Amino acid sequence: MSTVEIVEVRGKVEKEHPMEKLLRMDRIPHIWCPTCGIGTAAKAFASALEQLEIDYNNVAVVSGIGCTGRVAGYMKLDSFHTTHGRAVPFAVGLAIAKPKMKVVVFSGDGDLISIGGNHFIHTARRNVDITVICVNNFIYAMTGGQVAPTTPIPANSSTTPYGTFEHPFNLPLLAASSGAVYVARWTSLHVRRLTKAFAEAIQKRGFSFVEVIAPCSTLYARRNKLGDGLSLMKFYHDNSIIKHGADPREVDIGFQEKIVVGKFVDIEKPTYLDCLNDGYKRVFGDAYKVYGEEDEQN
Amino acid sequence: MTAIKMVKANPKDVLTGEYYLDGNHASAEGGIAAGCKFFAGYPITPSTEIAERISQRFPKVGGIFIQMEDEMASMNAILGASWGGVKSMTCTSGPGFSLMMENFGLGIMLETPCVLVNVQRGGPSTGLPTLPGQADMMQARWGSHGDYEVIALAPDSPQESFELTIHAFNLSERYRIPVFVMTDECVGHMTEKVVIPGAEEIDLVPRRYTDKPPEEYWPYIPEKDLVPLMPPVGKGYKFHVTGLTHDYRGYPVINAEVQEKCVRRLMDKIIKNAKDIIWIEEKDIEGAEVVLLSYGITSRVVQPAIAKAKKEGIKVGQIRLVTVWPFPEERVRELASKIGAYVMVEMNYGQVYYEVERCAAGKCKTVLVPHAGGTVHNPEDVYVAIKEAVK
Repeated sequence: MSTVEIVEVRGKVEKEHPMEKLLRMDRIPHIWCPTCGIGTAAKAFASALEQLEIDYNNVAVVSGIGCTGRVAGYMKLDSFHTTHGRAVPFAVGLAIAKPKMKVVVFSGDGDLISIGGNHFIHTARRNVDITVICVNNFIYAMTGGQVAPTTPIPANSSTTPYGTFEHPFNLPLLAASSGAVYVARWTSLHVRRLTKAFAEAIQKRGFSFVEVIAPCSTLYARRNKLGDGLSLMKFYHDNSIIKHGADPREVDIGFQEKIVVGKFVDIEKPTYLDCLNDGYKRVFGDAYKVYGEEDEQN
Repeated sequence: MTAIKMVKANPKDVLTGEYYLDGNHASAEGGIAAGCKFFAGYPITPSTEIAERISQRFPKVGGIFIQMEDEMASMNAILGASWGGVKSMTCTSGPGFSLMMENFGLGIMLETPCVLVNVQRGGPSTGLPTLPGQADMMQARWGSHGDYEVIALAPDSPQESFELTIHAFNLSERYRIPVFVMTDECVGHMTEKVVIPGAEEIDLVPRRYTDKPPEEYWPYIPEKDLVPLMPPVGKGYKFHVTGLTHDYRGYPVINAEVQEKCVRRLMDKIIKNAKDIIWIEEKDIEGAEVVLLSYGITSRVVQPAIAKAKKEGIKVGQIRLVTVWPFPEERVRELASKIGAYVMVEMNYGQVYYEVERCAAGKCKTVLVPHAGGTVHNPEDVYVAIKEAVK
């Protein structure tokens, strides 16, 4: 009986994946655990690109290190897998060199907010035109389940075996207060809304940020006895409250508590390059050649 | 050797003329003349004048200067910009150099052309922010983790700071590697005459792009010279590159076989091309009893000592290392059996000296004239060392 089922499953896998155009099929199967939320986020990202009908040649993905850091390696786009915490500054260089390109950083919470925290706040402050997607699973998963700057009190991790006692970061608040022009949060089971948020973020001029609350089935769920990944994914979804325009100061996430999701910030502000061009035009007048109007490279 | 078609510098980028410039300003002009259009940096003494000059000049030549939040960010941003098809550079000093080592390694692994100028000061730690040193030479060689080869140049004057910064860009594009310009506080802050030639006299190595269509292209299939060609970003190549050990496709493969291939080629592309990269200046080697080795500012400081020793009839030859890395192993080895001694003068407690000692392999005496930095050597100390060496 079970053998038959497996054959059927394999039969389905052999069919063309609906996102094949955007995935490196020669690298599948991926390394993510079953019921991990990262795959769902990556798929939603691919769906967003498809819906936007933009030229895929014009999209680049930059990742750092960690489970989410592997997203760059599975997207069939110009993609860069950089060092731990440094995806954002790499993306800054790339986005400035190729101002017409949509540069997207796909990072985990530890990568982006702990080791990469300084880059995150300064890039938001400058309003560099990139999109940053953070898959927040509340833990360092790639290294085996250590405490993260997002781990809620008193969750257990391999380096907080008696439960964490540190205050976690509230990521939408950090992004908004640092200057992000678009801030949204959804869980990995809000697939349709998440896809829409990705599409809006990619379209947005300036520093856009989307947090994806995702289960880490193997480490966070298991260590904290929260069931399997799928039930945790469902728990996050069922315990979320949609509150568009919520004050980012009020969207902290407690341990297995309600999660406020929605679009919190969507404002207009000149980008880094807008400001740079305006600043130089003010000084040099017509003698200044506006940067990024024509793509001179290559 | 794969022939590279050089291109001329853009006249708009070259500030042709004769000037009094310090080494830092000259280095900045060298970068601009080489076509650098992206600079990301973080202020640090004694290198900051490079960033300041670039920030002042770039809006006029279509370049982007950005002061990053730290040195890790600076190094990464220049890598990102380089992959975006723009020549890029940064500058720093001691503590900042330490911070850049992490992503210098990424630059090595991704094979990213870019230039890093280190205006050396005294260390360790915060050390002597405003005073010279040459004690980052081994950090340049080994500072990032793992096995790899590097290229490091050591200018001895503002004129050479200009020229070698251009040369560094050419080597970086030629071999797809971040290249170090290892200057020091003395060269960085000394003002001398600098002649900036016409653009038509400046030859540049252009970005080595693939001419293959996307469907036939993989990022790490090397040319005969062991250097793979780069893909242009945004043109449908949809390539992947990673700091992880990778195969010819740029895909991560975590095993010993691929590690061997990946690391071996990163090293071989410099080792096997070393003859073309190494640049040393020799003087009075024929019949020399003692050969004095030095680089950067030190090669000028030793001159009175050499003159004094020569007056006394001592036959002193000289080797100035314009490229410190790769080290001219073959030449130093060959000369060791023909001379009585090597005298290595450097502003540290023995760094490049160990390479001299290794290559001399007991065939001649090796003498180090150390200095902890803070000021240059007293030529008298060098003279005494030469006398000791010929005893």
